[in-house]
Amino acid sequence: MLTKLTGGRVYDPAHGINGEIRDIYIRDGRIIAAPGDASPDHEFDLRGKVVMAGAIDMHTHIGGGKVTIARNLLPEDHRGDQAAREGLMRGGCGHAAPSTLTTGYRYAEMGYTTGFEPAVLPVNARQAHHEMADVPLLDVGGYAMLGSDDYFLRLLSSGKSQEEINNYVAWTIHSAQCIGIKVVNPGGISAFKFNQRSLDLDEQHVYYGVTPRKVLQTLARAVHELGVPHPLHVHGSNLGVPGNVETTLNTMAGIEGLPLHLTHIQFHSYGTEGDRKFSSGAARIAEAFNRTKNITMDVGQVLFGQTVTASGDSQRQHANASHANPNKWVCMDIECDAGCGVVPFKYRDKNFVNALQWAIGLEIFLLADDPWRIFLTTDHPNGAPFTSYPHLIKLLTNKSFRNDMLATINPDAAALSTLGSLTREYSLYEIAIMTRAGAAKLLGLKDRGHLGEGAGADITVYTEQEDKEAMFARPDYVFKDGELVVKNGEVVKVVWGNVHTVKPEFDRAAAEKDLKSYFERYLTMKMDNFIIRDQEIENDGRSKIIVHPCGGKA
Amino acid sequence: MVETNTRVLENVPSPFCGIASDDLTIQVSGNTLKVLENGDSITVAGFEQPLTDTQPRVAGKDVTLQEAVSAVAGLLKAARLPVFSGFGTDVNDTRAALSLADRSGAVLDQARSEGGLRNLLVLADSGWFATTLGELKNRVEVLVVFGSDIESDFPRFYERFIWPQETLFGQDAGKREIIYIGRAPSGEASTAPDGRKPVVLPCALEDLPAVAAAFNALTHGARLQATHVGGIAVADLAAVLERVKQAHYSVFTWAAGHLAYAHADLTVQQLSAAVVALNAGGLTRSAILPLGGQDGDRTASQVFAWQSGYPTRISYARGYPEYDPYHFSVARLLQSGEADVLIWISTLNARLAPPATHIPTVVIGRSGMRFEREPDVYIPVSTPGIDHAGHMYRCDNVVCLPLHKLRDSNLPTGSAVLAAIEKALEE
Repeated sequence: MLTKLTGGRVYDPAHGINGEIRDIYIRDGRIIAAPGDASPDHEFDLRGKVVMAGAIDMHTHIGGGKVTIARNLLPEDHRGDQAAREGLMRGGCGHAAPSTLTTGYRYAEMGYTTGFEPAVLPVNARQAHHEMADVPLLDVGGYAMLGSDDYFLRLLSSGKSQEEINNYVAWTIHSAQCIGIKVVNPGGISAFKFNQRSLDLDEQHVYYGVTPRKVLQTLARAVHELGVPHPLHVHGSNLGVPGNVETTLNTMAGIEGLPLHLTHIQFHSYGTEGDRKFSSGAARIAEAFNRTKNITMDVGQVLFGQTVTASGDSQRQHANASHANPNKWVCMDIECDAGCGVVPFKYRDKNFVNALQWAIGLEIFLLADDPWRIFLTTDHPNGAPFTSYPHLIKLLTNKSFRNDMLATINPDAAALSTLGSLTREYSLYEIAIMTRAGAAKLLGLKDRGHLGEGAGADITVYTEQEDKEAMFARPDYVFKDGELVVKNGEVVKVVWGNVHTVKPEFDRAAAEKDLKSYFERYLTMKMDNFIIRDQEIENDGRSKIIVHPCGGKA
Repeated sequence: MVETNTRVLENVPSPFCGIASDDLTIQVSGNTLKVLENGDSITVAGFEQPLTDTQPRVAGKDVTLQEAVSAVAGLLKAARLPVFSGFGTDVNDTRAALSLADRSGAVLDQARSEGGLRNLLVLADSGWFATTLGELKNRVEVLVVFGSDIESDFPRFYERFIWPQETLFGQDAGKREIIYIGRAPSGEASTAPDGRKPVVLPCALEDLPAVAAAFNALTHGARLQATHVGGIAVADLAAVLERVKQAHYSVFTWAAGHLAYAHADLTVQQLSAAVVALNAGGLTRSAILPLGGQDGDRTASQVFAWQSGYPTRISYARGYPEYDPYHFSVARLLQSGEADVLIWISTLNARLAPPATHIPTVVIGRSGMRFEREPDVYIPVSTPGIDHAGHMYRCDNVVCLPLHKLRDSNLPTGSAVLAAIEKALEE
């Protein structure tokens, strides 16, 4: 079947197309070149509309056990946002930790077609895939967490070679069916299990004797040498600690030029100036970012209201649990592999710290020069639910609106922020980079995030409006792999997405020689039962695994 | 069965034991299974249950699968408040049941939710600090068992997690200390390899709430005027507290099903609060480990929660999921006469049969089930982990084991039957 999208204003930064009027052709779920004389079976008249690839959220907690812990922790949050069965959509709930089905519908309704779970504990990866498989309309993928797992720390502390570590990292990516590697509070989750309550970048882990800096360097090198497109995804040390801007700058500088992705950078950009010993480090972060080309980052923007923070960082989450609102939280130690902490938060615009967090995120967005290296996230649900993205886009594209909002927040925070002096307004082209082309490039998704020939036909069509929040909240059309799934903001067809992975080359026999015995002696399941086989994901006929290429050894 | 058809399979995961042991050796001869190694009373019964019923029945008479599916669809179409329970099954069957329940406007309640809610209510009210079996195996120095007899429900718990040959951090597992508060162990599994018996501080079931409250108070630094609580010397409770404070890592465990008294969730809350206080003090690390996971209870709770937002006792009657731990108890709805069709799903445990009711009852269940009252419709289906591949969450809610297909029974899967019923409703 041939479908023609006629005459839309196309924003396709991967091909340098900035608002040009173009026709797009779709056949068998893919974008194709103009087919000559063939007449389309379906045609959509998009004259006057804005056309972009489907949006990609490269950091969103949509799977893995911690989200379901958050669901169980906050029944009152669901009662406040019931999602009734309607048309093709099954019942569920929304807001801070939506049900999986509702997550898929709401992402699609906003024109998103792909999302990546950034904290897949390898031992919990089946759950992450189970939950992501139940997110309709969205392609998914995950980053496997390493860096506080006993096996890795043991390899590192016993002086094993980088090659042996690379083998283990590759084995983990394969076994967890992931597309990248994440490190959370390097070594810190493990340290907490030994009752070490903090672990700075150059501090030694009380048991293994290694430092977070060493963990970061080794994992970043492994990911790089394995040719995994997405650089090591780093949730750094000292999350949320006033003064952590120094740790973050040290992390950037100390990675020896290796590619590194710093996630939810807003939570790592705090100074200690002022009466309250809490200030913005955004300018210093942005300055370092602009000159350090090996660094990419996503923001983790805070927006006001009720949410829940769900993180692998049990050490920092436990330290922050006294701020829980409502006052309840869950932490877990998990299988000598990782941990998690789930702490609800209510960010208030009149609260000094919260208001400054809001301003710091926006400052970083506006001071970062290169939209190809910075990504629009709220670290859903940690900074805010993903449903607030249209509001965030309005803040970034409209300085007048932004300044109106700035006038309403805690005045002390506003006074300490440089936000009011920043006049930058993101263009539609730059928004398309941050939410589509840049994200696909960062992850090595060859067939997503662009509208060129051969791309999967994930396409979003908007009516351009002055109010960008309204525009991005309700696309006219969303196509998923060429099928029309959303029309005028409403789901008209439910399809199931793909699972994006990489499978770097490695020496399986060498990796498993010691791992098999390790599993037998110390863990609670057999190595063969730990590994997630392709058929476990694909057998029910909904999800298909897409393997993206890895480069060779650098 | 001829000898050539006999196979021996190793590293088979068990969907029956709650702790998801995956080291079983099983002999398969045609449709007959025999656990050769690492079985226990629960897994042997689970795997060796013979395959008997292979034909669906309506009103006790053999029918085709299509006829049975149509009969169920007819019952659901006529129902005003259908209720789904049992849910002793795997991830995919649970997914299919949720979809059908959503379409039918039904109430969902896992069969073992009464016990599970004693934990879930605490989670939703105040949260906790928990751990998993792997951390327990490698890290625990002192294990406090509260009000429960672990080995009766989890025969291999001590062998696999408390007395391993080796641990990761140089600890001699044989030196671990076990303290029972409330109930003495029924067997010898908790006896250390060197013959040390666990410390037991016995009390009556009805005194457990007071004992938990006293322990939590001590943990928070309170001084109690009473010298005894529930017959236990306060000095002995204080000694337990001192011992866990001295330990690098302690774990408090219980099987909520054993805390069978009113408002047991408040007892669980006291213990959880005590563990939070132990960690907050900064001197030690401690965690809770609620045990369960039998008959698919954790699997159902997980799938319910990620698909609907709520772990159990969910109603779709108003078009969206609602959660009410009291009103949406299926046992209560059957007793009050509000429910008018019961759909019972039990693909793992042939003994997990539905309660005898006066309303139409459908059983989508394991072959070989026996009923107090013949259900209106019985559809024998395949068992995950035996007849088809599947997935099972174990008691710590983190690790999910793959279940493997061991034989060809030619029975339909529960998910296929449930999907066929949903399709029939659309016709």
